[in-house]
Amino acid sequence: MHTTIAEMIRLVGSERVLHEPEHLLTYGFDGTACLTGKAGCVVFPKTTEEVAAIVRYAAEHKIPVVTRGSGTGLSGGSVPSSQCLVLCLVKMNQVLELDEKNLTVLVEPGVITQKISELADSVGLLYPPDPGSIKISTIGGNVAENSGGLRGLKYGITRDYVMGLEVVLASGEIVFLGNKCVKDVAGYSIKDVFIGSEGTLGIITKILLKLVPKPSARKTLLATFSRMDAAAETVSAIIAAKIIPCTMEFLDKITIQCVEAYTQIGLPLDAEAILLMETDGHPVVVEEEAIKIEAIARSCGALSVQVARTPEEAGRLASARRAAFSALARISPTTILEDATVPRSELAGMIRFIQTTAEKYQVRIGTFGHMGDGNLHPTFLTDENNHAEMERVEKAMAAIFDYAVEQGGTITGEHGVGLAKKKFLPKALGTASLNLMRQLKRTLDPDGILNPGKIFD
Amino acid sequence: MTPLEQRQRDIVHIGHSSPEGASAPAHALKKLDYSVLQQCIHCGLCLPTCPTYDATQFERNSPRGRIALMRAVADDEMRITRAFAEEMYFCLGCLACQTACPAGVNYAEMFEHARSDIERGGVLANPQRTLIRTLTLRWLFTRPRLLRTIGRLLYIYQASGMQALVRRLRLTVLLPRKLRELEPLTPTVNRHFSDALIRPVEKPIAMKFRVGMLTGCVQDLTFSDVNRDTVDVLLANGCEVVTPRNQSCCGSLHGHNGEMELSRKMARRNLDSFPDLQQLDSIITNAAGCGSHLKNYEHLLADDIHYAARAKLWTEKLKDVHEWLGEIGITPPSQPMPVEVTYHEACHLCHGQKITRQPRDVLKAIPGLKLVELPESTWCCGSAGIYNITQPEMSQTLLERKMDNITKTGVKIVASANPGCAIQLQNGARAGNPELQVLHPISLLARAYRAHGDHV
Repeated sequence: MHTTIAEMIRLVGSERVLHEPEHLLTYGFDGTACLTGKAGCVVFPKTTEEVAAIVRYAAEHKIPVVTRGSGTGLSGGSVPSSQCLVLCLVKMNQVLELDEKNLTVLVEPGVITQKISELADSVGLLYPPDPGSIKISTIGGNVAENSGGLRGLKYGITRDYVMGLEVVLASGEIVFLGNKCVKDVAGYSIKDVFIGSEGTLGIITKILLKLVPKPSARKTLLATFSRMDAAAETVSAIIAAKIIPCTMEFLDKITIQCVEAYTQIGLPLDAEAILLMETDGHPVVVEEEAIKIEAIARSCGALSVQVARTPEEAGRLASARRAAFSALARISPTTILEDATVPRSELAGMIRFIQTTAEKYQVRIGTFGHMGDGNLHPTFLTDENNHAEMERVEKAMAAIFDYAVEQGGTITGEHGVGLAKKKFLPKALGTASLNLMRQLKRTLDPDGILNPGKIFD
Repeated sequence: MTPLEQRQRDIVHIGHSSPEGASAPAHALKKLDYSVLQQCIHCGLCLPTCPTYDATQFERNSPRGRIALMRAVADDEMRITRAFAEEMYFCLGCLACQTACPAGVNYAEMFEHARSDIERGGVLANPQRTLIRTLTLRWLFTRPRLLRTIGRLLYIYQASGMQALVRRLRLTVLLPRKLRELEPLTPTVNRHFSDALIRPVEKPIAMKFRVGMLTGCVQDLTFSDVNRDTVDVLLANGCEVVTPRNQSCCGSLHGHNGEMELSRKMARRNLDSFPDLQQLDSIITNAAGCGSHLKNYEHLLADDIHYAARAKLWTEKLKDVHEWLGEIGITPPSQPMPVEVTYHEACHLCHGQKITRQPRDVLKAIPGLKLVELPESTWCCGSAGIYNITQPEMSQTLLERKMDNITKTGVKIVASANPGCAIQLQNGARAGNPELQVLHPISLLARAYRAHGDHV
């Protein structure tokens, strides 16, 4: 590692290379529970050329490269493998171009997602993907994990907004994939391969994003329920009525209590479940949809339906929801977040299955999630030092993943596979699909230096 | 390279540094309830609120990075090294991370234990540092009479024009380098201290409550007028005010700087100075940094069989003055005071005590006063106890950011409720915004009362 460190210092200067134990320890984890690793050194490039030079060196010496941004990932995707070179892109944080004619923005990967959102807002545009960690997550990480967020139902996910990518390949070559054209069928859509590739196929160094006009009106509703499946039925009924709200967020009782303890915004502590719903668009349509949503919620057994009075109040409700995962950590020493996802039609069944599984294995699960797109976050509240309980957690988790896959769903809706869900992947994909992915990996990264051991071995 | 860029480089260098030196094992961190260390799920939501992470973008300089280091030390995976120690002193202790943390991590407790271990292990010890710590923490700030005597001498030096003369003749070059750099930061000492301005018991016209008044140490030397204002405001709101004589430091300086035992000693002394605790409805502090620590006496003395019960009662009764006024309701001044004011939130008020609405309510209670919100009002001003002395580069950067935000408001009065912030902001004003007045919110309210002879 000594030669590598010396070479890195030669390439970017000693100020941007960390190798001391006190530094390395703090790059040993991301936002995922129970996963740590120890890097050999951490390098902070500032330009694509520096990234390319670092990768060329790594390729030549067969040194594993683990790319990361702010380290908020939830599947261990940026946990370093032993003696790897961590490529931390937070200092590549420039917005390069805002093109209001083509509604695009070109950014470096270390730009914080919130900053893109604010920039778009300042010119009357919207960058819709808003993952829970939006305030600190980097856009590079969002693209690498194909992050979702609260607005997935209507606006889609990160993939739907990526028009182009500059990528440094495992060989150190630099390619730009995509452009500002809405239509482009020249050759394979290779950029899509890199979206959600979790740093295993190449290193994203520039991102061309699509922006959309900001909706002129929005309305936020909060419905409370005495049964969890009544909330799920409400979601199905709203969609069946051909209404697509931008947000339909679900929180169960434990989650409500934790979020309220943190935010103190007056969430109903006695409800078994709440739905936070938002509709946006033309003011007339928004008004009409809000009335319909309220009526449907009531007919499905909602105890109460409240409309946020001001944009600030709506904003507070959305931020409260974004804090759900971290707030659940108040309950127990270890908090393991999953994101099993099913087609929307199977939601009520999934919710019931999570409940019975928790009872069966005697584990505590707090559930929240993006109900509108079937993406749930059953969260295990446990203690990693209690081995007997951890075994039961493992079993319950496996049962939930199996059930999700059986219902035509997936083991991860938006967090990625990384290390945390690696062992569940073969069952979810099947042999042929998995082999195709392996082939692709071997083609793009023949020496296996890019984020080795993530997604699959 | 501009001086600003140079300073930014220096900060990155401080955040980066890994000096060699002695190492020591953990002690206090090991005794800490493990659930406190385990509470952090390293989700990263604290990162954007941390001024040191913001400056360097190195994980080690972030709350979750520091927590990971402290946990590693408690788990014996790492020893207390010089780099660990420097990191813990690079942290401002502003506690913005605690406000941001949805998981409710008690960073303050961990961090005080870590600094205690650092001092116990002596990894930062050198003759100069030991001398300064002995003179200040062990000597000056444990002896209220001595502190006031020194304050008196400083007042004479400043009031006689000597200080101005020394500065004009640049005689400060005769001082050792470190002291020379600090000299401009010397706060202006008031002519009269609190005991001369406030009688032991003062009664309002119609008494509704009986409260104890804490006059502080730095607050007493440099802002005794704020203490007088506080008593006036309390009187105007129906509180009889009991002010024990010759009060001691609350011990927050000791607690934040790794001297837990001294901190407990100061807490006991403060408890002793209020023998009639039972008879008081509340004990009032007007200094945010002290208040945050004073509220922690229950926890600090939990294992002290002689003091635990009294400390519990103390914590129950301890109120920041804005908080107390919020509870009892503010009698508005009768006449308007048309001024524009912006409000800088002291970290240990908004993050340490979660008091954000009440000081604004105090200001809004003044008819005619227009409150202009300060951008980034909860971002640390860089004072942070003695941080402006120990980490001048980072402190100066934060001060400039704060002063820029204040300038953006266009307002010429900034209100703030902590002596450290006030001194820091006054230094900032002297450097680039000479018309700016720095005032305690309570002083503004007191002025409004006084202007029309309301009250007392």
